[in-house]
Amino acid sequence: MSVNNEFRPKIVAFCCNWCSYAGADLAGTNRLQYPADVKIIRVPCSCRVNPMFILRAFQRGADGVILCGCHPGDCHYTSGNYFARRRMTLLFSMLDYLGIEKERTRVEWVSAAEGAKFAATMNDFVDTVTKLGPNRRLEDLRCKN
Amino acid sequence: MQELIKKGKELFANGTVDRIIGWTRGELPYDREIRVFRCAECFEKDFVYDAFCGANLSKYLIEESGKEGKIGVFLKPCDSYSFAQLIKEHRIKKENVYAVAIECYGKCDSRALADSVEDAIYWITDNGPELKIDTVSGAVVRNTYDYMLEKCAACKTKKHAPGCDETIGDEGEKVDDCTRFDIVAKLEAMTPEERFAFWRGELSRCIRCNACRNVCPACSCEHCVFDNPASGISQKAAADSFEENNFHIIRAFHVAGRCTDCGECSRVCPQHIPLHLLNRKFIKDINELYGEYQAGENPDERAPLTNYTKADCEPSVVYKRGGKN
Amino acid sequence: MYSIKKEALGSLLAAIGAKRKLYVPADNAGLILFTPYADGVSVNLSRNPDVSAKDFFFPQVENICRFKVCGKTVDVIDNREKNEDFVVFGVRACDVKSFEVLDNVFLSEPVDGYYKDRRDHSLIVTLACSKPLETCFCGTFGIDCAAPGGDVEAYACGDSYAFRAITEKGEAFLAELSLENGGDEAVEACKAKINEIKAKLPLSDLTTEGFGGGKTKDLFNNPKWAELSASCLGCGTCTFVCPTCQCYDIRDFDTGNGIQRYRCWDSCMYRDFTKMSAGQPRPSQLERFRQRFMHKLVYYPENNNGLFSCVGCGRCLRKCPQSLNIVKVMKALREDD
Repeated sequence: MSVNNEFRPKIVAFCCNWCSYAGADLAGTNRLQYPADVKIIRVPCSCRVNPMFILRAFQRGADGVILCGCHPGDCHYTSGNYFARRRMTLLFSMLDYLGIEKERTRVEWVSAAEGAKFAATMNDFVDTVTKLGPNRRLEDLRCKN
Repeated sequence: MQELIKKGKELFANGTVDRIIGWTRGELPYDREIRVFRCAECFEKDFVYDAFCGANLSKYLIEESGKEGKIGVFLKPCDSYSFAQLIKEHRIKKENVYAVAIECYGKCDSRALADSVEDAIYWITDNGPELKIDTVSGAVVRNTYDYMLEKCAACKTKKHAPGCDETIGDEGEKVDDCTRFDIVAKLEAMTPEERFAFWRGELSRCIRCNACRNVCPACSCEHCVFDNPASGISQKAAADSFEENNFHIIRAFHVAGRCTDCGECSRVCPQHIPLHLLNRKFIKDINELYGEYQAGENPDERAPLTNYTKADCEPSVVYKRGGKN
Repeated sequence: MYSIKKEALGSLLAAIGAKRKLYVPADNAGLILFTPYADGVSVNLSRNPDVSAKDFFFPQVENICRFKVCGKTVDVIDNREKNEDFVVFGVRACDVKSFEVLDNVFLSEPVDGYYKDRRDHSLIVTLACSKPLETCFCGTFGIDCAAPGGDVEAYACGDSYAFRAITEKGEAFLAELSLENGGDEAVEACKAKINEIKAKLPLSDLTTEGFGGGKTKDLFNNPKWAELSASCLGCGTCTFVCPTCQCYDIRDFDTGNGIQRYRCWDSCMYRDFTKMSAGQPRPSQLERFRQRFMHKLVYYPENNNGLFSCVGCGRCLRKCPQSLNIVKVMKALREDD
């Protein structure tokens, strides 16, 4: 058996139950391909994602974290994604301020009908993070090995 | 100071308050402690207001205003914003507090001052622009403005937030040429590598004493997320560089939009970590992205993180803003 | 007694550092912190470092072991750091005394192997305090900052440094460095000068009268504690900068693929200190505040032949955000008598 030393990033995708998770489902039923490196965590709403979730994902070994929710205006709970948008903007800006690569975090709005967008977004994000290499600046050494 | 003592005695005498929280001399010449005075006589004897009274009294009012009776407090401009913000968050019972707005021309960083003197200090005489320091080997003189607290050197306003019951002296103005975002802007202009190196250098000194959190008037949770053993965070040990980053990001994030920039976090840090630079980054971002906002200034306005507009920028704005790559 | 010129200190430290791991007090953001010696480190011996030297023997965080589940068995992996010989330079008399306080705790049965191993690997070069500060009160506890002890004593006298071995280990260490003899007279003059300053220190008249073993009943219910602790924030600054605070917690961290067990400093100022399933034994800040000072001034001496677990280094006086400290507590409690 040959060992592949090529870097494969670990990606955590937080997907809101109502739009993006259904979008991911649609990508699956349409047999659209995106890398298996993406691990989806379903959340009731994008606004459920607390900044600590993002940091915890990095701590436990994620190389990139993406948050997907309903398009602004389409939130199942009317306004959840508007709040998430402000929070994530500030958090990502702070991570950048601390010198952590800003391309490792992303927010994307994906509706239940956008299976193709979901797959394309994930492919693009995985590419970006693969180019950045492993997460070194926000890793927890205790969680390695 | 005499005016303040007169006012305090008057408040005791006419029954407006049954106690006053204020500053008093501590053990060392530059120490100012916080004390609740329960009678006019002890207030007159021990109350002090001078260049060393940097501590913000607002947070103590959360507990004190929950007690019976009415407490009097003297608020410097920056303290008054914390006070107003806490009232807005229903943490202070305003009806139990009588707040007097007082002037402030900047407070002294007593640690920096003491460290600048090699010998043991006996006494410090405040002569306005000069501080005369008597030591075991004679007197030395220091320029007051060289030893101001960072929060005072970059003072944002000499005007009080609304909510005080009366004002002693003249109401000040906002500082037009405030420099508080200069260093934030300087950091933003660096490369991510430089920023990372800068913050590693600063945050690696953290000993997780939690003084920044405990002194912060915005950190008023009954039970902090960092004290929750189920959270998986080691609350009293910076066990890994991740823990240091995590604690400081989350601490600043939890007060984003509520932080009045009173500067207490940096004043109390025993390890000289410039914590205000984290808080100010959030304030600067909020100002630039969602419009100028000063926590505590307007009792009716929604805080930036509990508010939104449909036209808000997307998080991808971060990819384009600031910094070299 | 050996002597070197002040300019030669850099090359002396380099010579020590070439053979062993060496820690020196160095400038860091306006603080003086013990720092691993390397080229370009800005050594600063002007005052006692801001964080105590206890970290060398009782680190803020240390790994104990790691647990890994493999099928039906659990592997216990010892992943503590291996210690090598090291030298700490510029430790003051108060911190040296604090090692005795810590030794009483960690080296009495059952011996703490982690602590003992580090003690055995260490060599302490002390430095007499030429300029004690207004926060210093080591004399209160019978400590002489002009005779710091340790393995090797150093004195800064005029334009030179003088060294004297105290222990055999120190003797061997100095012999290795092949220094010139001399400096005896200068050291005596230096000591005399220090004693002169010591007598003039603002806290020089502070005594331990009224404190010590057996005083629990007199002090525990003193009504003064309420006012003394009223403005305490409940942060851990005083305990974390203190050279003698020795409480720790053992915690398990879930790494996602195993458990990392580690030991870290704890602080009696924290609300979860010694928390048990039944709750907190000291639910209010008054009780937690009282615990710290009663432990230093009454409980510890009671169990350790009258040795106080405060060494008068003055760090809590310098660092408390709200200017509370042990001196104030001692003075206030005594006013009653």
